[in-house]
Amino acid sequence: MTATLSAKKLQARFGDLLPEWTEFRGEISLRLADAEHIAEISTVAKNELGFDYLVDVSSVDNYGTDPRWTVVYHLYGIATKEYLRIYTQVSEEKSELPTVTGVWRTADWHEREIYDMMGIRFRGHPDLRRIIMWEGYPYHPLRKDFPVTGKPSELPEVAFSQTAPIEGGPFVTAPGAPDAISREPRVRVPEN
Amino acid sequence: MSEVHEIEIRDTAASAAAAAKQLPRPSDEELQDMSGEKMVLNMGPSHPSTHGVLRIVLELDGEIITKATPDIGYLHRGDEKIAENMTWTQFIPYTDRLDYLAPLANNVAYALAVEKLLGIHDKLPPRCQYIRVICAELARISSHLLGVGCFAMDVGALTVFLLTFTEREKIYNLCESLSGARFTTSYTRIGGVSRDTPPGWCAAVRQFLQEVVVNITEMETLLTRNRIWVDRTKDVGVISKETAIDYGLSGPNLRASGVSYDLRKDQPYLCYPELEFDVPVGSVGDCYDRYLVRMEEMRQSVRIVHQCLDKIPGGFDNATKEPVNVTDGKIVLPAKKKVLSSMEELIHQFMLVTEGVNCPPGEIYFGHENPKGELGFYLNSKGGGTPYRMKIRSPSFVNLSILSHLMPGHMMSDTVAILGSLDFVMGECDR
Repeated sequence: MTATLSAKKLQARFGDLLPEWTEFRGEISLRLADAEHIAEISTVAKNELGFDYLVDVSSVDNYGTDPRWTVVYHLYGIATKEYLRIYTQVSEEKSELPTVTGVWRTADWHEREIYDMMGIRFRGHPDLRRIIMWEGYPYHPLRKDFPVTGKPSELPEVAFSQTAPIEGGPFVTAPGAPDAISREPRVRVPEN
Repeated sequence: MSEVHEIEIRDTAASAAAAAKQLPRPSDEELQDMSGEKMVLNMGPSHPSTHGVLRIVLELDGEIITKATPDIGYLHRGDEKIAENMTWTQFIPYTDRLDYLAPLANNVAYALAVEKLLGIHDKLPPRCQYIRVICAELARISSHLLGVGCFAMDVGALTVFLLTFTEREKIYNLCESLSGARFTTSYTRIGGVSRDTPPGWCAAVRQFLQEVVVNITEMETLLTRNRIWVDRTKDVGVISKETAIDYGLSGPNLRASGVSYDLRKDQPYLCYPELEFDVPVGSVGDCYDRYLVRMEEMRQSVRIVHQCLDKIPGGFDNATKEPVNVTDGKIVLPAKKKVLSSMEELIHQFMLVTEGVNCPPGEIYFGHENPKGELGFYLNSKGGGTPYRMKIRSPSFVNLSILSHLMPGHMMSDTVAILGSLDFVMGECDR
């Protein structure tokens, strides 16, 4: 069974919930219209279509657009050898969707990482704690509005936010600039 | 005349009971307290057997682990965040620092992922594909040598470690003559490799392969039937097939549990379909199986590299001048000589260096069979020279998530065996 067929089967089963799918470089991406149904669809994909292996869960911050978050699930069937990508969008006000740890236990750490890095909560997760940053860290560093240089926190030695010694110098890359020319100018004129 | 001896058989149980009566007997309440008393032991983040900076909070009932909570993030450098702020090519050195025991394999994985986004992954010149496979397999040998060596050292067999490091040293020498760096190779480029193999390199690889099998055999004679080794690893840390899939394990750890999942076979890339090799699979899924799978994988890697050296287009020193890069000037840097003399090449060079490789908008996932498991890159591009979002699916991160399920019920001393057999590296886990 090909991934296209699986995508069509899922679409036929769930109708309007999966309004569209795209193909790019031989990969099928299914869009889930309502994030609330992710666990339900995952269960069907695992039990009936053979997607028994959850490769990865990742998240994208579409800063400046609404809905802000995209959560991406990469499914794989070890027997069928097919990939399927399901993505769903979550608004910033809500920032919450159901967990899929009940379907694949590997989702546990992936979801914790997304919670840590992006600040999206997974309802029903057995142990939703920060995983990479420490408990009590106030920010979510992978958000687009978090600067690469960091922000001050209660542990300044660990997550330092001071400028690097030669930052601002003529040959230092300025992170976060919109394009390569402002990121690495030939000459940087001091602002004042 | 025979003598009859009267032998008094002492009732030891009765005398023990009598002795016990003399001792102050703890009340039922006290007994309950004793069995309920658990000790919390903090292992790591700096512990020789945690292979880096993994911290595990163990809850012990005597010698038995009742709960294990892994704590990661001590080596977090924000690679995914950094990637969003640089061009596709600039990120290559960061991939060296993911699984720093097999940097060549990471380079190959990352280059292939970006090439998939560009749509040129099946247009790579054959020589480049063969060189990349040799690199990836050398990295696998190197990583497994360290994995098995450290595993053996952690459970007390120090000699193996010395053997493996002798061999790894030779791989480092090969890396050095190939890329100029022993450790942080950054060898691949998007659309090819940074340079062709230096003269004599392929012959040196052949020489190395002949030497490494001798040492692999030596390791096997030291370990495979070693009573202590078998006692320490057999039936310890058993992961069933279903659990392994459920927790998303990959690489040797998954295959040791009996799942024949190898991306080189299942999702073939580069020239792997042209090469003959077997995928070793375990039957029990214990630490011993994981060790056996790694040993066999090294032998298979040796087999693959031998075939690559036989088949490599252009021969050992590329007498026929086979290309090692794609010819598209908008992807691969032109020759420096041409940059200085030709306008078009100058423009290409300028654009590639300042803007980066122009990738189309879209999202792809590419999984590469790394020594530790499936190293995947999820690339989300909005077009242009920089990634919009790059998620690194690192095998060690996923493999470690099973710890809290696997550890309870084992003895404290099994911890090092389990950790050693999972063969993780924190640079990749924390990213």
